[in-house]
Amino acid sequence: MAEFKKYTIGALVSNKSGVLTRISGLFARRGYNIDSLCVCATEDPNISRMTIILVGDEYMLYQMIRQMDKLEDVKKIGCANELDCVYRDLMLVKVSAAPEIRNQIVEIKDIYKAKVVDLSIDTMILEITGDPEKLDAFVRVLEPYGILEMQRTGVTVLARGKHTLKDRDCYGDEEI
Amino acid sequence: MKLNGAEILINCLLEQGVDTVFGYPGGTVLDIYDALYRNGKINHVLTAHEQGAAHAADGYARVTGKVGVCFATSGPGATNLVTGIATAYMDSVPMVAITGNVGAAMLGRDSFQEVDICGITIPVTKHNYIVKDVRELAATVREAFKIASSGRKGPVLIDILKNVQTEQCEYEPAKPVKTVHRKVEPAELTKVVEAISASKKPIIMAGGGIISSESSALLHEFAKKIDCPVAYTLMGKGCIPEDDKLCLGMIGMHGTLAAARTLIAADTVIALGTRFSDRVALNRDKFAKDKTVIHIDIDNAEINKNVTSTLHVMADLNETLKTLIPLVKPAERKTWFLEINSYRKIGEEKKDTSILAYKIISTASRLAPENSTLVTDVGQHQMWAAQYYAVNAPRSFCSSGGLGTMGYGMGAAIGAAFGSGRLSVLVTGDGCFGMNMNELMTAVSQGVPLVILLMDNGVLGMVRQWQKIFYSRRFSQTNLNRKINYVAYAESVGAKGLMIDSAEKVEPVLKEAFAYATQNAAPVLVDCRISCDENVLPMIKPGMTYDTQLEKMEEN
Repeated sequence: MAEFKKYTIGALVSNKSGVLTRISGLFARRGYNIDSLCVCATEDPNISRMTIILVGDEYMLYQMIRQMDKLEDVKKIGCANELDCVYRDLMLVKVSAAPEIRNQIVEIKDIYKAKVVDLSIDTMILEITGDPEKLDAFVRVLEPYGILEMQRTGVTVLARGKHTLKDRDCYGDEEI
Repeated sequence: MKLNGAEILINCLLEQGVDTVFGYPGGTVLDIYDALYRNGKINHVLTAHEQGAAHAADGYARVTGKVGVCFATSGPGATNLVTGIATAYMDSVPMVAITGNVGAAMLGRDSFQEVDICGITIPVTKHNYIVKDVRELAATVREAFKIASSGRKGPVLIDILKNVQTEQCEYEPAKPVKTVHRKVEPAELTKVVEAISASKKPIIMAGGGIISSESSALLHEFAKKIDCPVAYTLMGKGCIPEDDKLCLGMIGMHGTLAAARTLIAADTVIALGTRFSDRVALNRDKFAKDKTVIHIDIDNAEINKNVTSTLHVMADLNETLKTLIPLVKPAERKTWFLEINSYRKIGEEKKDTSILAYKIISTASRLAPENSTLVTDVGQHQMWAAQYYAVNAPRSFCSSGGLGTMGYGMGAAIGAAFGSGRLSVLVTGDGCFGMNMNELMTAVSQGVPLVILLMDNGVLGMVRQWQKIFYSRRFSQTNLNRKINYVAYAESVGAKGLMIDSAEKVEPVLKEAFAYATQNAAPVLVDCRISCDENVLPMIKPGMTYDTQLEKMEEN
């Protein structure tokens, strides 16, 4: 078995109901796992952008890209691993923060350039953005203090420079 | 002009050149059926069950190359289509299935006969729609036909809410959009041409893509020019005349000995419009190990999915062959064919011609009127038909290859007869026939010229054969033990019933059957009493390699 890696698939899809079901179904049917998924509308209200992190091998990656490419609702698709990209993830994390340990948490927050967005007597919500590895590290450091709950947006990706997903070449039939 | 949704639908179908629809009415499609009635230009074939309608649309599409259309009502009507849609999906058959659904006010309230048919059919359609706004209906229908018939073809479902069928909007007629495939540039084929010239022992594997891209003539020209043997997959049957000196017959689990041995000896596999399914490749890792594999297919997702190719071209086969043929050098491969002919000889010698099924099917192949369509169900009889019945022209063979749908045959045979305007010969088994035998009533009502060769062995033959090979003859639930009199059943629904119970009767009864069906444009059922221990051979066990082909039964 080939080594499993994390691959980032970016896709521009129709912004309508049911599209997510079609795509997640493709993964489920093959028993492939989505590690993270991020979907949002784009500058064009008819188009959503989807970023999927697939944990798998190259065979799984190309199968998924090609199967997704066949869906009518998928307009453009590509793998970000081929390009130099900026990866960002946003996380809110609620930690136990009794007054006597608050300072320690604030210190960690400063090192990681996170923000305090809520404070109660014994809890604190921190907001952090960064590449996924930075967030993972942040979680590990906070764990000993007691993470009450957390939410990540999932990875978002844009290629550096003038590359855009919508300008990618696309194979297809021409209409006459 | 202002029309209601149901009228717009009928008009859009006419725009697309639809002349025949297979279906079954019900509560949420009453308006569509009313518009159909008032319009009067589309022939509607009322089946006994929606599954029959879906298979009929499939059979119609396979013989005509056009998009097959079926109608069903919401809820159970829609779910009954699902097997037929999935069958079409697996075999890349262009189809548009139209279902009604409850009105917008009732949607999502678990109303009577409400089902989320779009959700259900996502994995078995190329695309599907739920139409909630009458203003989107015409564009949706047009797009559905375009999707069904372009690229790798397949089924599309349109679910139309009841209120959309009655609401009115402006209808502007439009011409159907034709899709043209991209041209293949010679530069794309340089390596393919080199690989073909370098090969000493090539074999062409021709799949269903040859049929669906209308490339049979080009295939023949190509194979002749490079002097290369052609083995077809089940879906490719009909792409080359069976008696052609280049033709090796079928390849796969129950393919010919000649095709298997030629493949083993070959240095290059030229796979045209085929997806290396497990019934063909069997062991996908070893199938073409140490061989050059050239894979040409329209579907990007098929490249390197099952068998890794050395070279691939992702394009329409017709366009590819048009560019490829002038580029390849003519060749003559005398020593290769000397070797192949020796395999053919062994294959002929080892062919089991003692079984009654062989005699019936090969005689039917000889006696059937020219241009008739062979339709099969799924199982032993399907493989015997593929092995012994000569199909010499494309679009004259219908069989459920990918999904392996038992019960496919009756509906498909009816649809094929409507599409071709000629006789359908259905080879079926008593297991399969039992699943959709109600459609014999349809064939009678519709005056369908149809000869049904019912391989009646009282068992589920293929499953039983596997129980013999893999399960030490523990015949769990494969003895049908039915007391039905098929001849009487046929007569009772208004068809003709005949019987073959000995080798002597084969020829006279088949002659009578073909004469009756042709002269009366009516169905004839021939109850062919065969032994439950006739087997399909040769056989390669699942996951095994071609050098393990069994020529005799090997029981465990």
